[in-house]
Amino acid sequence: MEKRVTFKGIWLPILLVLPQLVITVVFFFYPAGQAIWQSLFIPDPFGLSMQWVGLGNFEYLFSDPYYRASFVTTAVFSILVTVVSMGVALYLAVLADRLIKGSGVYRTLLIWPYAVAPAVAGVLWLFMFNTRVGVVAWYLGLLGYDWNHVLNEGEAMGLVVVASAWGRISYNFLFFLAGLQAIPKSVIEAAAIDGAHFWTRFRTIVFPLLSPTTFFLLVVNIIYAFFETFGVIHTITSGGPQQATTILVYKVFSDGFVGQDLGSSAAQSVVLLFLVSILTVVQFKFIERRVHY
Amino acid sequence: MATVTLRNVRKSFGKTDVIHGVDLEIADGEFIVIVGPSGCGKSTLLRMVAGLETVTSGEVEIGGRLVNKVEPMDRDIAMVFQNYALYPHMTVFDNMAYGLKIAKVPKSEIEDRVATAAKLLQLEEYLKRRPRELSGGQRQRVAMGRAIVRKPAVFLFDEPLSNLDAKLRVQMRLEIKALQRELGVTALYVTHDQVEAMTLADRMVVMNGGVADQVGKPLDVYADPRTEFVAGFIGSPPTNFLDTALLPGLSTAPSLGIRPEHLQIEDQGRLTATVSFAEALGAETLIHCRVAGGRQVTVRQDALHHIPAEGESVQLNWADADAMFFDANGRRV
Ligand SMILES: Nc1ncnc2c1ncn2[C@@H]1O[C@H](COP(=O)(O)OP(=O)(O)OP(=O)(O)O)[C@@H](O)[C@H]1O
Ligand SMILES: [Mg+2]
Repeated sequence: MEKRVTFKGIWLPILLVLPQLVITVVFFFYPAGQAIWQSLFIPDPFGLSMQWVGLGNFEYLFSDPYYRASFVTTAVFSILVTVVSMGVALYLAVLADRLIKGSGVYRTLLIWPYAVAPAVAGVLWLFMFNTRVGVVAWYLGLLGYDWNHVLNEGEAMGLVVVASAWGRISYNFLFFLAGLQAIPKSVIEAAAIDGAHFWTRFRTIVFPLLSPTTFFLLVVNIIYAFFETFGVIHTITSGGPQQATTILVYKVFSDGFVGQDLGSSAAQSVVLLFLVSILTVVQFKFIERRVHY
Repeated sequence: MATVTLRNVRKSFGKTDVIHGVDLEIADGEFIVIVGPSGCGKSTLLRMVAGLETVTSGEVEIGGRLVNKVEPMDRDIAMVFQNYALYPHMTVFDNMAYGLKIAKVPKSEIEDRVATAAKLLQLEEYLKRRPRELSGGQRQRVAMGRAIVRKPAVFLFDEPLSNLDAKLRVQMRLEIKALQRELGVTALYVTHDQVEAMTLADRMVVMNGGVADQVGKPLDVYADPRTEFVAGFIGSPPTNFLDTALLPGLSTAPSLGIRPEHLQIEDQGRLTATVSFAEALGAETLIHCRVAGGRQVTVRQDALHHIPAEGESVQLNWADADAMFFDANGRRV
């Protein structure tokens, strides 16, 4: 039987969870409630009165081709960020796992990018790829490639993907490495004796045994790409060129704060709220049913 | 089926020497048990034969072929691990079929071989289960099955029974022996349990701190241990060791070893002892005594004999032929 800590009264437990509850209410439930409320109105240009429109904001939103384009942009961006950051992290984790000596150094070095704030990471990458002074752009120029993410939509997308994925590699790496090291060495050895070479072992034993970690990271990284990459996009492209990197979160900001269309912005927040709830439910369902080998 | 030869095999991990030169000739179809206390290098030796550890120096041959640089998969061996090392995400069938699938054995033959092995190991009902849905004994059998379907030349076992309860261990021990006889395959089996070693081995290797102290048939090793370590390790209860200073004129060697069953309590003996306590086990009785100088001595006698009371003073006697003398280095003289 699981051993549980039990409290005699009701007040101590309440006191203990109170700070977390207060934070959740003030910073999550209250704004979320407000967003839902506001999404049902259109304020006048001076913010003096609000006009009830029901689901009008949503109808307008989904008939807006720019908004639908932003969905596609978000999907492309999230998939790329997730695939790049998880792919590179897995590759590095496999390499570090094979190391016996000095893996501690690699691990420490690989964790550093995680400590860099997204906006700072954005500036860093922006600086390297700056069309005029960026060192990478300059080298690309030497090779005959004219880098210009300010004008080229594909290059802009590439740059924000790389800048966003970079910091995530550390996080994913740690989980993958832990997952790899949790696989008993003798299982790998048994497969080696059974005739499986490195790649076959990876495909048939290691990767399947890693799947709980992979799935967890998949959800976490998609959530990250959806919501936490705002700083990177804001510093590097500000959603441009021609909205090519305007993901849903960035559009909330640009429509609401820049375009001052608060009704639409609120409706977009509600859509995002809905998306994140789905992802969270998926994740919880998965953790509940998680297979323990 | 193959012979296995070790020639002056050594192993170091960095600066620590773990195996100090082991020589061993294993005949085709022979069952060899490597036995020794924890940390003496048994697993390391086995893993060098498997190819899971590199050989620092010396030669390992399987079937007359030098395999020092050969990958585990190309050595024609199969290994059963202490923790079974089953593939947790595969069914019992897939666990057994894994090696065959990789070797691109035709599907119908894979099914045949797995079915035969499953029948032999009474696993037919469990082929669709995953390892976590099996008992310890069944997992053990799957690990055996995975080894036999590949029809290797040499079986390697690293303490395969140590995670099982006592009763199952005895049963599986018999099954392993029967299986090895039936398949006629060469086997190298590591254990720290001397009863397992005595019952399974055609010949056993007693290891002590990275050295093979003695290699021989179990009863020969028992009757004629070459070192003090072997005399003390093989046999339960262990051999009694006495300081020859207590017995003037017997030998110049410092240590005398006598097995418990070779000591008798008699009216006229060579050594006086005080009875500490007696354990009546039914068919036999173990009488623990203390001799001058404080050493514990165990006498094993038939249940029919009189059992002396605690604290009683008794005389111990033995036949000259049963006395084993050891020099200061622990070698038999
Ligand atoms: N990878 C390694 N690196 C360094 N030392 C090791 C390594 N593997 C084993 N050793 C050392 O080698 C010695 C022999 O280890 P080994 O595992 O062969 O012992 P064993 O006889 O199998 O013991 P047990 O009965 O406990 O399994 C031990 O002292 C151990 O600490
Ligand atoms: Mg061992």
